[in-house]
Amino acid sequence: MQGNIASAEGALAAGCNFFAGYPITPSTEIAEHMAARLPKRKGACFIQMEDEIASMAAIIGAAWTGARAMTATSGPGFSLMMENIGYAVMSETPCVIVNVQRGGPSTGQPTMAAQGDMMQVRFGSHGDYSIIALCPSSVQECFDLTAKAFNLADQFRTPVFLMADEVIGHMRERIDLPDEVMVIRPRPLPEGVLPFTPVDNGVPGFASFGTGRRIPVTGLTHNEQGYPDTTNPARHESLVRRLVSKIEDARHEIADFQVVNEDAAFIFVCYGAPVRTVQEVVDRRRVPDTGYLKLRIVWPFPEKLLQRFTNVRAFIVPEMNLGMISREIERHVQVPVIPIGKIGGELHTPEELIEAVHFAGGDA
Amino acid sequence: MRHEVRFSGFGGQGIILSAVILGRAAAIYDQKYAVQTQVYGPEARGGASMSAVIIDDEPILYPKVRNPDIFVIMSQQGFEKYGRNTRKDAMMLLDSDLVYDRPSCRWIGIPATGTAKKELGREIVANIIMLGALTGATTVVSEEALEKAILDSVPKGTEDLNIRAMKRGHELGKEDRKQ
Repeated sequence: MQGNIASAEGALAAGCNFFAGYPITPSTEIAEHMAARLPKRKGACFIQMEDEIASMAAIIGAAWTGARAMTATSGPGFSLMMENIGYAVMSETPCVIVNVQRGGPSTGQPTMAAQGDMMQVRFGSHGDYSIIALCPSSVQECFDLTAKAFNLADQFRTPVFLMADEVIGHMRERIDLPDEVMVIRPRPLPEGVLPFTPVDNGVPGFASFGTGRRIPVTGLTHNEQGYPDTTNPARHESLVRRLVSKIEDARHEIADFQVVNEDAAFIFVCYGAPVRTVQEVVDRRRVPDTGYLKLRIVWPFPEKLLQRFTNVRAFIVPEMNLGMISREIERHVQVPVIPIGKIGGELHTPEELIEAVHFAGGDA
Repeated sequence: MRHEVRFSGFGGQGIILSAVILGRAAAIYDQKYAVQTQVYGPEARGGASMSAVIIDDEPILYPKVRNPDIFVIMSQQGFEKYGRNTRKDAMMLLDSDLVYDRPSCRWIGIPATGTAKKELGREIVANIIMLGALTGATTVVSEEALEKAILDSVPKGTEDLNIRAMKRGHELGKEDRKQ
């Protein structure tokens, strides 16, 4: 199965019943597959929208009707979605956005792989906020992490992003489809509690439209009833601090990662397609004294994980960008962080990573 | 045993589908590991097309083909791009109706397009002839697995045509290899 199809299947397994999108390379297979599959499901809906601005708006609307809603895009479409992503953050709308990353900026390299949107996903919309971003490094993880994204979106009432890349999206591998996937829906909004009063670790309950509760939904700074209240500094501060902390405070609890050779001197930190090259180098023992931290959830960034590597002499961070997550790591550690940024559309080769270990002072 | 198989030809010949079928045969019916990738350019029909499959008994970590040991080449342009500097012990199947050059490695000419047209009446199954030839000339996948994977992948109503193409290819792949 292809990575993109696995993402679509993971969404369907998680009960996704609404997809709105505008096809764009290299994510198109997701929209194609959802267009073929969703109309056959009772109560489910696929809409091809006029653009990505509308696609994002449509999934927000659908989510407020109680749907499990998703869209899929790549860089240029992702840029267009930014305004409404902010709206989803502010209105605490659970939804899933898949970005199969390609070379940018602008229309860039439609058919080539990149990880250049890793900062955009974190900071691309205006204002202070936080989100959750997952990165698959296999076709199996395209399935598993897309399904998981829906649960995190509902659990935290936030947009959740599957930040795939062209390598993984278009690769075909065998996968094992589970009989069923775990489904976590939002906590219901308790009787007598206001719609934006946090009920559990900063997250409010959720009542969709048509269930009897009156819920104003706005992108303006609002009170716990949902009504705009835009000039009260304390109101704004407490709301935005809660939007950030409901996610950041959970960053170690939701961390999803794999550690190999914790005691090694040279530790790769990786996510997405470069994980595969790191595994080739470390798991196959192509170079001694190396290990890795593979992140399946990159944002919120679980910086405590970096402290496990007590013998580390350097962190090596291969990314298909000019160094994005490497800087996040640098903020948290005392040892050298060596970014191996590669752009142009091709995955790092094993030789390039071995050379990086030598550069860091590792033995041949 | 790890095999890296490179397919190349022009868009419309089913170069990518060939790799998908081969990968499916190995991963699902031969119980091996397989990863399929392609050069995913904006080429329209008629442009150069390339795809690849890695088949291994162990999990495949690095997913890109580095140094193929098996080539299936279905156009002169594909040969020029991917077939010239192969490793010496590689095996190349080429469509002898469409590729004029010959490589320095071992090779077998398969008149796939001509056979598809003259014997089977449909040029479009030339890629399936090449896949059949692969099972005749190498042990990269079993004939049984390939047959099942072909049946999974071709449109309804064309099963018989495609299986005949595969079997004819198998015979051609087994024939005298010194040309």
